[in-house]
Amino acid sequence: MASVFGVLFDGLAYGMLLFLLSVGLSVTLGMMNFVNLAHCSFAMLGGYVAVALTSAFGWPFLATLAPAFLAAAILSVVLERLLYRRLYRASELDQCLLTIGIVFVSVAAAAYFFGTMQQSVVLPSYLRGSVSVMNQSFGMYRLFLIIMSLLVTIVLVIALEYTRFGAQVRAAVDNQRMARGLGIDVDRVFAVTFALGSGLAGLGGALAVEIVGLDHAFAFSFLVYVLIVVAVGGLGSIAGSFAAATVLGISDMAGKYYLPEFGAFLIYLVMLVLLMWRPSGLFGKR
Amino acid sequence: MMSVSASEPQRYLRAQIRWQPVEALFWVATLLPFVVTPSYLVLASQIAITGLFALSLDLIVGYAGLVSLGHAAYFGFGSYTAGLISKWGWGEPLTGLFIAAAAAGVLGYITSVVIARFRHLALIMITLGFGVLLAEAANSASWLTGGADGLQGMRMWKLLGMFEFDLYGYAGFSYALAVLFLAFLLARRLINSPFGLALRGIRENAVRMPAIGADNPAHIRKIYTIAAVMAGTAGALLAQTTETVSLETLSFQRSADVLVVLILGGAGRLYGGLVGAIVYMVARDQASGVNPQYWYFWIGILLIAVVTFLPNGILGGLARLMPAAGRRA
Repeated sequence: MASVFGVLFDGLAYGMLLFLLSVGLSVTLGMMNFVNLAHCSFAMLGGYVAVALTSAFGWPFLATLAPAFLAAAILSVVLERLLYRRLYRASELDQCLLTIGIVFVSVAAAAYFFGTMQQSVVLPSYLRGSVSVMNQSFGMYRLFLIIMSLLVTIVLVIALEYTRFGAQVRAAVDNQRMARGLGIDVDRVFAVTFALGSGLAGLGGALAVEIVGLDHAFAFSFLVYVLIVVAVGGLGSIAGSFAAATVLGISDMAGKYYLPEFGAFLIYLVMLVLLMWRPSGLFGKR
Repeated sequence: MMSVSASEPQRYLRAQIRWQPVEALFWVATLLPFVVTPSYLVLASQIAITGLFALSLDLIVGYAGLVSLGHAAYFGFGSYTAGLISKWGWGEPLTGLFIAAAAAGVLGYITSVVIARFRHLALIMITLGFGVLLAEAANSASWLTGGADGLQGMRMWKLLGMFEFDLYGYAGFSYALAVLFLAFLLARRLINSPFGLALRGIRENAVRMPAIGADNPAHIRKIYTIAAVMAGTAGALLAQTTETVSLETLSFQRSADVLVVLILGGAGRLYGGLVGAIVYMVARDQASGVNPQYWYFWIGILLIAVVTFLPNGILGGLARLMPAAGRRA
């Protein structure tokens, strides 16, 4: 059953999910050095928006992805204005604590509104089942997830490399003070990037429901994975996040299939080894 | 603020080390539970243990400025060591405490060699990853630790051969409080020594310290090991006074909780962890009827409020109100 191809495929799909969830955090961390542990709270919001819209209002699953993105993006802008903005120059300890506080509140709020059960979404029929290619069966949904993530990656890379806004983002990540000196409004660039990154997390959260389920503790349980991807990939690097998410997704899946008793270990072990080898991450500059 | 002339560092340290009346008052007040609330001695010993744990975290977070999200690793390691010693037939509390503390110290030293090389996000991730790894290991090794059911079958002997650990917690609280006080004396001595100043130097500017000849990694290894010994002691105390050990002692939740306790009280102040432990544990006890999920809602709001409005915790806020009295607390 667990053929090498199957594991690679599932691992890749899982890795792509991790990539969607973490890329926003990587870019904002790289730009502002702001340790945002609440990133997965935005993802969780996206997941709950998708669940609520499909189950309570009968929306088709694909139509809920845009609202999931928007809800997370809007909430993140509000929080950025109200809370985050004050702490850009504070110590990382203060930043950790503020955002852990937000995680606690979001977990409690999710438990209050949705209870503590696992949630699920209803998928349209064309995303269910699997296709067979050369005697290997591939889950439709995972295929969809991989294609979707690759599209997002391509759009991101094009936006970062070839647009004026992308150039401003790269400048701000490389050297914030110099970028300010050149007249780039780093605060505004950051706010927009932050909203986009959180929106992507919301999108990732909505897409994650089918693969990993969704409950009120999502903001905590996935935080660790997302931070691992960011730390291993290197701050502010899309390519780094992509590589790290793929490696970690595949090694996590492989661990769960082949070494079930060590499955939960493997991802942390991989992280520790990679970080000891390269403290600033695979593609990190600092 | 105090102005310190650079030519008189010894006098500055000596002034710091002198006991303040308010400190004596605080420690006398810790005896009050025996008289005022004798039915809450079990809670009081939990507070003392949490206070000791927070004090150990304060040494690395508050003084050396190294954020750790995996400090429960040492707490849980000490807990399990003390639990296993007692389960294997040696129930003498003091030697058990000593062995557990030493074991946590060895673990602390080994990890500190790695930890001293990292800063910032990588450091947070390494401590977090290490903590989760140890928790997973304890979960898998259920033949040794009892896994998710917790460690059963501990039997503690009488403390000093005279006092039994009972349900009322007289012996438990006296024991925990005495150990806490000794550890506090040690921490106080350390912080007000040249070594303590070197730690604060690392916190304030880690790049400039080597320029004046300080060996940062060596200082970090040393304080990390000491903090691990203290955390292991706290864990062992918990195991010995409750006679059970659960996986929760190693969990991320406990690492996060102790950070909350410390920040609430005020990091970088010796009494911060203790005050935070009192406020946090009493509040949690009062709210114990509330569903734990909603308890964390209020903890979250509290954290946001503390970071936004009271950046140096309760003691920091007090110090701002009463500059003279709060200065050294």
